[in-house]
Amino acid sequence: MEIFGIPLQAFLGQLLLGLVNGSFYAMLSLGLAVIFGLLGIVNFAHGALYMIGAYTAFMLTEKLGIGFWGALVVAPLVVGAIGVVIERTLLKHLYNIDPIYGLLLTFGLALIAEGIFRDQFGVSGQQYAVPDLLQGATNLGFMVLPNYRGFVIFASLAICIATWYLIERTRLGSYLRAGTENPKLVQAFGVNVPLMVMLTYGAGAGLAALAGVLAAPVIQLTPLMGSNLIIIVFAVVVIGGMGSIMGSILTGLFLGLVEGLTKVFYPEASSIVVFVIMAIVLMIRPAGLFGKER
Amino acid sequence: MKLKTFAAACALATTALFGTAQAQYSGDVIKIGIITDMSGLYSDIDGQGGVEAMKMALAELGGSINGKKVEILYADHQNKADVAAAKAREWFDTQGVDMLVGGTTSSTGLAMSAVAKEKKKVFLAVGPATSALTNEQCSPYTVHWAYDTVALAKGTGGAVVKGGGKSWYFLTADYAFGTALQNDTSAVIKANGGTVVGSVRHPLSASDFSSFLLQAQGSKAQILGLANAGGDTVNSIKAANEFGVTKTMKLAGLLMFINDIHALGLKTAQGMYLTDSWYWNRDPETRAWSRKFFEKMKRMPSSIQAADYSVALNYLLAVKATGTDDADKVLAHMRKTKINDIFAKGGFIRDDGRMVHDMYLMQVKSPDKSTEPWDYYNVAQVIKGEEAWTTKAESKCALWK
Repeated sequence: MEIFGIPLQAFLGQLLLGLVNGSFYAMLSLGLAVIFGLLGIVNFAHGALYMIGAYTAFMLTEKLGIGFWGALVVAPLVVGAIGVVIERTLLKHLYNIDPIYGLLLTFGLALIAEGIFRDQFGVSGQQYAVPDLLQGATNLGFMVLPNYRGFVIFASLAICIATWYLIERTRLGSYLRAGTENPKLVQAFGVNVPLMVMLTYGAGAGLAALAGVLAAPVIQLTPLMGSNLIIIVFAVVVIGGMGSIMGSILTGLFLGLVEGLTKVFYPEASSIVVFVIMAIVLMIRPAGLFGKER
Repeated sequence: MKLKTFAAACALATTALFGTAQAQYSGDVIKIGIITDMSGLYSDIDGQGGVEAMKMALAELGGSINGKKVEILYADHQNKADVAAAKAREWFDTQGVDMLVGGTTSSTGLAMSAVAKEKKKVFLAVGPATSALTNEQCSPYTVHWAYDTVALAKGTGGAVVKGGGKSWYFLTADYAFGTALQNDTSAVIKANGGTVVGSVRHPLSASDFSSFLLQAQGSKAQILGLANAGGDTVNSIKAANEFGVTKTMKLAGLLMFINDIHALGLKTAQGMYLTDSWYWNRDPETRAWSRKFFEKMKRMPSSIQAADYSVALNYLLAVKATGTDDADKVLAHMRKTKINDIFAKGGFIRDDGRMVHDMYLMQVKSPDKSTEPWDYYNVAQVIKGEEAWTTKAESKCALWK
């Protein structure tokens, strides 16, 4: 059986690979969406935080002998703490002025972080091994899927759904959402809004770091890995609708699939297909597929 | 009108007089510079390490030539041809730079070569891969020192086909360099009786290669030729291992440097073939020099960095011998002098600007065979200078007819 001249097996294989990449897009765009939705900050440092997450995992192994599973917990906490410091010392001064300042500040921070890591580690990259438990590959019949990639799909889906549930379905999440709608009123009810905002940025940074740790074993670990990815992730957020959490998760997975299929039918276009979709979506629905017009 | 002509004549006469009366060194100082990638994806294979290698050459010659001060300049071209050309122009016009070393990236090399030709200054290309520098776009002021796409294709392509790897599939970076490398290699494969069953082009700095590799695997070819560079090559090899492509196909990296192998680790890279112009662990002489480099940079030199040392050394020796930094005189001397240093033995510069020297086909060691950090290769074959490069029959360079 063939689909558009491609054997069904190969077709299914490519779909699954698209889903793996889509999970990374989903996880990163999720953090961006949370930060934009709740803080109104366009966080250009997100790619750098993702890179720092991956490097933290690398350094934990090198210096302290902590492996992948430990890094999965420790690295997001470390980077989350860095996020909290950034929010407290820099970002909090920018909430009441034009969002362009937040964009410029975070972009500058990203460049500084990249520069520091480049100076320390060079650009050719480091090695980070796939954990022993997930070595090897499983034959699914239509393709051979490395166990680690399968794990990435499950892990990222679990993380995305948990985040969505926390924000959309719990009491804490309702405070957060109310705090962004009308911070003064929520503060008047006795909720500590600045603390909430600080922790939100920290959590967003932690999410980026988590994605970085998950990416470390399969992608070349270099200081430039964040800037290679961040532009696509921004396109995902724009297509999904700035600030929409479910929107960015679904769009991330969907665009991973579209990109995967483009790699089969017309590989040369695979790096721009996301931006073509972005242009079309912006023309038809300027607020994005899942965004609300304000 | 007459007055103007008179003034111009006077001016000409004075400069001419002044020129002869003055010492043989423009600006009374010898200025050499390198424009390369100092911060981007190729900065590890050249960058600061390349500058350091040039400084090592100068230090070896005592820091000055015939009592004249030597200055070494460097600048970042960010892998952009327009930036490289503008910087080269500025250096020749306002800084009095006598010799320019061309760092990584083919497009920047071609741009700087054109500027040097216009300004009649020495341009020694080390990092660029394109063979056009000594072919269609050859120049009397450009010497291509370390390697080029033709030599890489002949080295790896030729050796692998002769070793039984008859059918090839290409994974190619979708820009000028990638297609040039694929075409050059395809020609070598076919000339040796092999076949090319297909290819897939990926965008530069692609985020993921698994999809392309699955397509390659479906081709049932014996050899997967990687016509890409840097991070793209590293990521393709990583994914090839992960997806078990290496069980059914052998990989051939067409442009790889030791830094790429270092990033991959021997466990992943073992058994691969690659062609390079130099290897630090080749003989006692290269080892001694490389250890000195290591003390400064904390990593072993790439072939490009060793060639940076070599161009600086040979240029300065030629300046010393001729007693001038005049481009034509120095180049004439370099063309008739054999190059013997840690980089090349018995090397010589051809009329098309190619520095002819041996190339090396390397096989990456398995982890248990590696005796120390950075001990990564076995030299599988020395490709003699006569066989490595474009031949006179193939050449389209007008200077070599």
